[in-house]
Amino acid sequence: MLKPDVIVVGGGHAGAEAAAASARMGARTLLVTHRLETIGEMSCNPAIGGLAKGQLVREIDALDGIMGTAIDRSGIQFRMLNRSKGPAVRGPRAQADRKLYRNAIQDLLSEIENLELLADSVEDLLIDEKSGRVTGIQTVSGNEITAGAVIITTGTFLRGLIHIGDQKIPAGRVGDKPSIGLAYTFKRLGFPLGRLKTGTPPRLDGRTIGWGGLDAQPADDPPIPFSYLTDKITVPQIACHMTFTNPKTHTIIEANLHRSAMYSGQIEGVGPRYCPSVEDKIVRFADKERHQIFLEPEGLDDDTVYPNGISTSLPKDVQLEFLKTIPGLEKAIMLQPGYAIEYDYVDPRALKRSLETQEVPGLYLAGQINGTTGYEEAAAQGLMAGVNAALAVSGSNKTFELDRADAYIGVMIDDLVTLGTAEPYRMFTSRAEYRLLLRADNADLRITQRGVDIGLVGSGRHKVFAEKSIALNAARDALLSLNETPNSLRNHGFEINQDGIRRNGIEILSYQNVDYAKMSHAWPQLNGIRPDIIEQLEIEATYSSYLERQDADIKALRRDENLRLPADLEYNGIPSLSNEVCDKLSRVRPETIGQAARISGVTPAAITALLAYVKRQDSRLTA
Amino acid sequence: MSISYPTIYALATAQGRAGIAVIRISGPAAERALMKLAPNLVALPAPRYAQRLSLFETESNFDQSPVQIDDALAVRFNGPNSFTGEDVVELHVHGGHAVISALMTSLSSIEGLRPAEPGEFSRRAFENGKMDLTAVEAIADLVDAETSAQRQQALTQMGGALAKTYYGWRERLVKAMAFAEASIDFSEEDIPEDLSRQSLDALKVLAQEIREHLSDSNIGERIRDGFRIALTGAPNVGKSSLLNALAKRDVAIVSDIAGTTRDVIEVPMDLSGYAAVIIDTAGIRESEDVIEREGVRRALEQAASADLRLHLVDSVEAAEMAEHNPDTIVVMNKCDLLSNNDLGKALLGVHLLSIKMNDGLESLIVEMSERISNQAAYRSKSSAPLTRARHRHALEECVDALDRAFVSADAGADVEMMAEDVRVAAQALGRITGCVDVEELLDRIFSDFCIGK
Repeated sequence: MLKPDVIVVGGGHAGAEAAAASARMGARTLLVTHRLETIGEMSCNPAIGGLAKGQLVREIDALDGIMGTAIDRSGIQFRMLNRSKGPAVRGPRAQADRKLYRNAIQDLLSEIENLELLADSVEDLLIDEKSGRVTGIQTVSGNEITAGAVIITTGTFLRGLIHIGDQKIPAGRVGDKPSIGLAYTFKRLGFPLGRLKTGTPPRLDGRTIGWGGLDAQPADDPPIPFSYLTDKITVPQIACHMTFTNPKTHTIIEANLHRSAMYSGQIEGVGPRYCPSVEDKIVRFADKERHQIFLEPEGLDDDTVYPNGISTSLPKDVQLEFLKTIPGLEKAIMLQPGYAIEYDYVDPRALKRSLETQEVPGLYLAGQINGTTGYEEAAAQGLMAGVNAALAVSGSNKTFELDRADAYIGVMIDDLVTLGTAEPYRMFTSRAEYRLLLRADNADLRITQRGVDIGLVGSGRHKVFAEKSIALNAARDALLSLNETPNSLRNHGFEINQDGIRRNGIEILSYQNVDYAKMSHAWPQLNGIRPDIIEQLEIEATYSSYLERQDADIKALRRDENLRLPADLEYNGIPSLSNEVCDKLSRVRPETIGQAARISGVTPAAITALLAYVKRQDSRLTA
Repeated sequence: MSISYPTIYALATAQGRAGIAVIRISGPAAERALMKLAPNLVALPAPRYAQRLSLFETESNFDQSPVQIDDALAVRFNGPNSFTGEDVVELHVHGGHAVISALMTSLSSIEGLRPAEPGEFSRRAFENGKMDLTAVEAIADLVDAETSAQRQQALTQMGGALAKTYYGWRERLVKAMAFAEASIDFSEEDIPEDLSRQSLDALKVLAQEIREHLSDSNIGERIRDGFRIALTGAPNVGKSSLLNALAKRDVAIVSDIAGTTRDVIEVPMDLSGYAAVIIDTAGIRESEDVIEREGVRRALEQAASADLRLHLVDSVEAAEMAEHNPDTIVVMNKCDLLSNNDLGKALLGVHLLSIKMNDGLESLIVEMSERISNQAAYRSKSSAPLTRARHRHALEECVDALDRAFVSADAGADVEMMAEDVRVAAQALGRITGCVDVEELLDRIFSDFCIGK
């Protein structure tokens, strides 16, 4: 094999997307993982998307990533969440057939040029003593492979430790060995490490569940695809079922709390607030009489069921006992007990916004190793790391960054590298200041062109996108060219304030009681527009007044993002910065004035001092 | 610069009593603001020349002619040849609180204008290349002083009650916001269905409270007629002597016979530019004397409605019993008669005074001035001190955003639109009380609801 430009370590969701992106950019890419057949494995629940996460998948897709297409080929229950709310907060979600998803990812990777796969375990990184740069990897088998950039996407494998009651098993996930060597490498290189925890529920045999009498939740009809390139979902759709815990369940769990790994003090890692174990739920919400459980099938021809809502680190016998109290699960056979897993993560403030580490040039980190949780969060980081590693090895001095007004991806990366995280970081729509702008429906309009500009987006998608843009712009222009008085609107049958103000078509469409069909009836020149374009225009009109108001905020944000701070800035040398502020800035090493201002505790005064510094740099450059 | 910024204004000279105060207005609407304040101007003054003019209130009743604020000087600087590089107008006015306060009120009512944030003038100057490096660094220190002052003073100085109110509002806003956000981000979870309705209901009550707070406008009356300061305390602790000392003339009858003052005596005085009225009241004690009882009744009434109380005591025990709050100064009179031991026991926060020895009077006047100016600041619409003007502006913005949320909710808009307005409201309130960040919101959600699959 030819010497690779970029090596991706890990074949999970971050690794797959990183390798795909790097190769799409034209870099010779090698993906190294301990078992090729687990590439694209869903280690936790078999679902993709959701609120805010669905937006992330659409953004990955908009940049020609593979996650959207993979779930479209493997989703067995598609649902648009928050359907009763506005389009800005809707999120596509789908249950996946675990095997179909894995196959889809592997197929998609195999279609990509410049990409090779290697089954091996990475034990150490090669670092050039003089420059401190990463130069490649060393595998367990003693192989040394050199490359211009290395992306680490090892998920929960760094010193992974599974807990089931008082039983402890070193593992990256059930059945897979942890990465111990790499964990020491990170320690040796001086990265700030922390420990996090997450959990999964027991897996059940669906044939032994009493489905009758349980509430069913059907799939959407028709299912709405994730990818902008998918026309239609052809995978058969199924329903999911719901059941609940009850006081009997709670009594058993309470009586055995001391045997839970979490409650017996065996776990040092911090778990997420939004994904409590069933023990946690019962302790913290003692007055709640029941907790819901979604019974999620793992595949069309797989009888495994994932009971979403009861992740636990209780011993196996207690898990068996409490399951029997739950309606429908009385006779269920447990295929695999639930467990908690602890793992090392790197404080993401050690990263630049390109996801390259500050200390080791050429080394990129993506996914759970950065303290996030979720397939979508991991994949999005993987994509960004892949693009940036490929840009770097191509000799370009550019990086590919999205900001908080571009995409959820931008919000996430900015949060991580600026604020760090104390618990596994999951995306929520409330994290996005510009939520009404960052919608699942317009991810392509927001960022596909950016991907095209740097060569990340292939010609197929580019063509589809260009056609859509042309059609949308023409239809929007037609609307904007309307200029109607309230009087003429009334003559057309629209009930609008008789305030003497002329309105364009977008303004007219923004009224709650107006839709495009009604308008095209009144103005025949609006006819003949694609339904998806009409929908887009209606959504834009709905939020137009809010988006206009946010525009000034976004301009201010971008103004501050355009004021770059040098990477080697010596904060100690800047007068009038307090020690406290100095420490905070030195830890994060913000790349822009805007980022600096978002670090908590950095005062307006400190920002003024930094501005002075930027100016000094400028005057030196021009001098 | 291609981005057009809002026009900002602030007092550019030091706070407090000074002969002349300078108010600086910077931004594209600076000239328009000048024309609005000086309607008699036929044309804009020539740049860089001082022009004398009359400033008028911008908000006046329809049937009244505009009220003149001051006879002033204005200097205009055309951008980029100005301190900030933008169009700048400087108004040189007489330095009294009443004038500055009226001017700030008028400025705040002009569209496109808002009070400057800390460091904002310097930032604009910097961005427009108007400032050399040493100047920026010096200003960084200044901004720092200003912001730490803001943090420490703004909330402590405004008095415990007001700080409590603001933080209470913040708490409620966060909770309401958390409800709305939970209904969006966790709709798949087992949460109550009417969260956004509950959130709206809570916000309506909150908005009404803030509105009432903002409309508390008897400050105008106070500035005109004087803040009312009541002297209270047991008979014969020296209230009338203090009144005389404050008034620097004998207006009250002083005698050693307890209960001499039976009516209410009012003496006007000037406290650092604020008009004040000192009210001497009958000593409060049980009495058989009908006239004295009436005096005591009036005294209690006056004390209750006063803006500030000087509560005089003459023993450590009485000082300990006295109520301490931002509207009361406990004054230990006759401290020359106390033993060192007793003085040592005197409580923190008690003002020591000996009228006889003329000791502690000046510092008492200073403290009275501070308390009054704080009150003026907080009750006044865009009153002189910059931080207070910003508070008021922030509260107005908060209520405006909440009102928009109510309108869109009433019109049947989806919850995310209401949530957007609530977010803007929280941002505005956050400028007073510290920003409301996502982590806090999520904390609130996760502690109120059992979330997690």
